[in-house]
Amino acid sequence: MFDLDARWQLHPQAALRPEPFGALLYHFGTRKLSFLKNLVVVQVVAAIGEHPTARAALRAAGVEDVAIYAKALDTLVNSNMLVRTS
Amino acid sequence: MTAVLPGRLVDQFELGLDAPICLTWELTYACNLSCVHCLSSSGKRDPRELSTRQCKDVIDELERMQVFYVNIGGGEPTVRSDFWELVDYATEHHVGVKFSTNGVRIDKAVAAKLAASDYVDVQISLDGATAEVNDAVRGPGSFAMAIRALENLSQAGFRDAKISVVMTRHNVGQLDEFKALADRFGATLRITRLRPSGRGADVWDALHPTAVQQRELYDWLVAHGDGVLTGDSFFHLSAYGEALPGLNLCGAGRVVCLIDPVGDVYACPFAIHESFLAGNILRDGGFRTVWRHSDLFEELRSPTTGGACAKCAFFDTCRGGCMAAKFFTGLPLDGPDPECVQGYGETALAAERTVPKSAVDHSRAIPLTVIVRQPQRVCDENPVTTRGVR
Repeated sequence: MFDLDARWQLHPQAALRPEPFGALLYHFGTRKLSFLKNLVVVQVVAAIGEHPTARAALRAAGVEDVAIYAKALDTLVNSNMLVRTS
Repeated sequence: MTAVLPGRLVDQFELGLDAPICLTWELTYACNLSCVHCLSSSGKRDPRELSTRQCKDVIDELERMQVFYVNIGGGEPTVRSDFWELVDYATEHHVGVKFSTNGVRIDKAVAAKLAASDYVDVQISLDGATAEVNDAVRGPGSFAMAIRALENLSQAGFRDAKISVVMTRHNVGQLDEFKALADRFGATLRITRLRPSGRGADVWDALHPTAVQQRELYDWLVAHGDGVLTGDSFFHLSAYGEALPGLNLCGAGRVVCLIDPVGDVYACPFAIHESFLAGNILRDGGFRTVWRHSDLFEELRSPTTGGACAKCAFFDTCRGGCMAAKFFTGLPLDGPDPECVQGYGETALAAERTVPKSAVDHSRAIPLTVIVRQPQRVCDENPVTTRGVR
């Protein structure tokens, strides 16, 4: 399960492109493309590296129901888009 | 492609994106082969081909627009003397490259260089799992050339090359053989639809899969879909029932487009015709301006009614099929796809229609089909003969 209290960042080879519906997320290493269809997720992912924990990033985006967003972020961990900051 | 959180992306995509997801860039019309179904009617180099500097300017603009990768093709892109320079320039500027080649330049040294890069993907074109089937379409020696390229890539440690196959009447039955071939080289099979575009218009009637083969292809995709790429090109088959993985819509001018060797921007790689020309990157203010503001692309992004197809129960799965396939078979764009699996295409093809010809043709002046007729006169065999002249 996604560790909300860890520090996360976008993979160095991943890039985020804003679009009217949300954003495209592309990983140059795996050549995988993901679609983020939720503007809050986009906001969280874009800023996640600037926060000490994922929980703090969610709080900053005004998220109250943390569970569903943790699930979405977990999907991005599985596709190697998000990685723990060492 | 995967999506995080549910919803209807298709509806968003129909309205267009700020930049394309899938951009095809044909670097040259020059080609060492003369495939009978070439969708860009390639052969001779166009003297107006973009210079190295102009190509780099395009890459700079793609980087600014965050176009993550381009599909480079042609013609045979590797015959450009600056090809590797442009590939390096693109990857240094955060534009990944996937290029299509017939394999002519993929020798051991090139394979080793490619294996060392994370940002370059290679796609080898092959239209038969045997030399006999392949060479009938792509020309003598082309099967051996492609296999040699795959061997070089595999020996150099290049992982996951793509083998790109256009499905025809003669190779649908070889799907399992193609898969085995891909497995042998540690490659991924990619199959795409035969379009009646370019020289494809001349051979489409004879080469496009039969109705029975379309069903065979669909069943094979449903069974093997996860391990096989399709460029989402078989979405018209989704009207059989279960939707195929990927985007089930025509992305022309919405999420895809084509930049051709002279900088002309077309709505999709299968639509090189003045009717689908959105503008030119040199004359019309750059690629970004053409993508965002051309009249053609704005029109393609406006809501459509679905025309005659809207009342079909399967419209939501196939969205009326492929625009280019309709256009180049002379069918109305708001009607059924010529290969509509519900049979509406056959009816439409049987009606009176005019097949449009593209003015953009770089074919070399050589016979592209085998002449089977028996010689009737001496000069049928040799036009400079003196035999029989009295």
